[in-house]
Amino acid sequence: MKTDKNLFKGLSRREWIKVLGGIPILGAVWTAGFRFTEKAKSERNLLLETLNIKASAPPVSGPMSGEPLRVGLIGFGIRGEQLMRSLGFATTEWLEQMAKSSAENPNDKRLEDFKAQENLNVKLAGICDIFDVRAEKALDSFNQNGNVCKRYRTHSEMINSGEIDAIIIATPDHWHGPMAIEAIEAGLHVYIEKPMTHTIQETYELREVCNKNPKAVLAVGHQHRQTQSFLTAQDAIAKMTLGHVSLVTTTTNRNDDNGAWQYDIHPDASPNTIDWNAFLGTAPQIPFNAEHFFRWRKWWAYGSGLSGDLLTHDYDRINCVLKMGIPKYITASGGIYTHRDGRNVPDVMQINMDFPDFSTGTSQAPGKEKGMTLVYSATLGNQFERGTLLMGHDATMELGNMLTIHADPRSTKYAELIKENRIDPMVPIYQYDPSANGVDAVTSATAKYFANKGLLWTYRDGKRVDSTFLHIREWLSCIRNGGQPSCGIQEGFEEAITAHMGGLSYKLGRRIEWDAENERIIALPGEDLDAILLDNEVDYQMMKA
Amino acid sequence: MDQNPKLTSLQTFGLVLMRLLIGWHFLYEGVIKLYSPSWTAKGYLLSATYMQSFFQWLASESMISVVDTLNIAALLLVGIALIVGFKTKWASIIGIGLLLLYYLAHPPFPGYPQGPSEGSYWLVNKNLIESAALFVVFLFPTDYAFGIGRLYSRKKLEPSTT
Repeated sequence: MKTDKNLFKGLSRREWIKVLGGIPILGAVWTAGFRFTEKAKSERNLLLETLNIKASAPPVSGPMSGEPLRVGLIGFGIRGEQLMRSLGFATTEWLEQMAKSSAENPNDKRLEDFKAQENLNVKLAGICDIFDVRAEKALDSFNQNGNVCKRYRTHSEMINSGEIDAIIIATPDHWHGPMAIEAIEAGLHVYIEKPMTHTIQETYELREVCNKNPKAVLAVGHQHRQTQSFLTAQDAIAKMTLGHVSLVTTTTNRNDDNGAWQYDIHPDASPNTIDWNAFLGTAPQIPFNAEHFFRWRKWWAYGSGLSGDLLTHDYDRINCVLKMGIPKYITASGGIYTHRDGRNVPDVMQINMDFPDFSTGTSQAPGKEKGMTLVYSATLGNQFERGTLLMGHDATMELGNMLTIHADPRSTKYAELIKENRIDPMVPIYQYDPSANGVDAVTSATAKYFANKGLLWTYRDGKRVDSTFLHIREWLSCIRNGGQPSCGIQEGFEEAITAHMGGLSYKLGRRIEWDAENERIIALPGEDLDAILLDNEVDYQMMKA
Repeated sequence: MDQNPKLTSLQTFGLVLMRLLIGWHFLYEGVIKLYSPSWTAKGYLLSATYMQSFFQWLASESMISVVDTLNIAALLLVGIALIVGFKTKWASIIGIGLLLLYYLAHPPFPGYPQGPSEGSYWLVNKNLIESAALFVVFLFPTDYAFGIGRLYSRKKLEPSTT
């Protein structure tokens, strides 16, 4: 204590200031920082309370316990392989390639993520691929670690084998409907890739079969339904954050051969290794053509181009938030402009979907609340990211990796707050970033920059997850624990009809109308819409004229 | 009373002022982050353009909360120490370490992507300049002139002056 006394002995006032003069500065800076954050927080809370949007992730699907489910796969192509990995089965080749890749680049976490993926308690019991090379590749890889995988020559053989509980269909589009119908009738559960069907007729038939066999669980492969932010987006719509949404824009932007479905042709492809007739099915009977087999997405006979392959994803993403159903009118345009390689599906396509009676509510006088157009704008000749916008009278929602809402400067709902400078239309009023600790009402340019680079993304409970995995898990959970998949037959029906209307409008060059009451696409007298949809001429309209 | 008789009082004043301003800057950053619970360095670290594997390791799930806490604690400690004038040599070293980490994650090297910034930089940016300034603070301690450190220097000096 003596030293302490000495320490302070004989300090003059001037000395005291020199010793402790920093303390008031410390206090001032600390207080200023505290007040700034408190003010920002209270402004933010006021906004968040006003908006009252509940940020929540989609519900977790149920347990994977019980007897292992016996799953069969039809179509072990590019998507088939991806789906199998989501199911927990990777090929030996892929595992070797990933091991090599992660050894070279420690940031490559694909193998690590795959190994960390939850076991879904399934047996991959059967595979059906009409190309021998692929089928054998599957058999080589999937007859390991206690799994017994059998090759079936035809899908019917697999469906009726009695050894399969559920099938995953990852074939060309023209086989989706027939296979799903056969499987559901046989009581099997079905996970089907998009688009759900290839013709209008199949769409009705599949729905009917599903309704007759309610125990069979059908899920359509729109894994976007598992996106963290979609429930939050739904709540924002329900709370009238955007006001009357008059326009929604979604886009596809690709600029490479792979994105334009110009896939590799396997060197071993030949009539000896491919069951060509099985591939063709009901498609026009043409001689063996390896390009048609590997790049089937380029022809209406087997695929459905942008409207079936990519519009469906964007349409379903919006349908899952707005639940607006099938559009009353569809007008499409486009052409084959970039990839003039013999394909007959367009590579640039604009599809306008009109919903004259749809409403997300309004903050304005009654009479201004109805009508919405959904624009799908696609090109396979440029990959500039254009994002997805839901544009309302009061605010605009940007639906991407993050969910961001900006107030509209002319909004009725936020007019007062904008006038009081409590809302700046240039700064988001709401932002939901699934990977951050919470929601935010204000953000910085930096945060936006990072998010737009896709760095803060796709985490669930702190783990990076694959949305296809979550989507398959949800389907398996519905099979085991009951419940309805988020993208079931009704959602699939709406998706397929919309896609077919888009294809028809493009081909016919006119506005296509949906008769909601009778659930029919309106055809002119003598018109066979399915025949038009499947027609393989490059320019249907020109050929008819 | 001056520990370093070579410095004029105006020079000492200049050094103290620099120390206080840097401390002010550190402290304010630390306080803002402390009271912003959703703040995280994750984005900054994940988007590092140099020494990526190191910074991405810092941003990993197991590390990030520790990294965030340490960053806030270090900012506050350096800020407080520089302002109140206590252990400023240690604070300068920690401060230089922090600034160099910020610098190396997004260095203004030619050909490296530059994120959003309010100015134009080539090799030298404000983080580097501030760390150089802290080096001066380290080399010319001024606790004895303004700060709690003055008490201790008085004590040490007492035998010779009385």
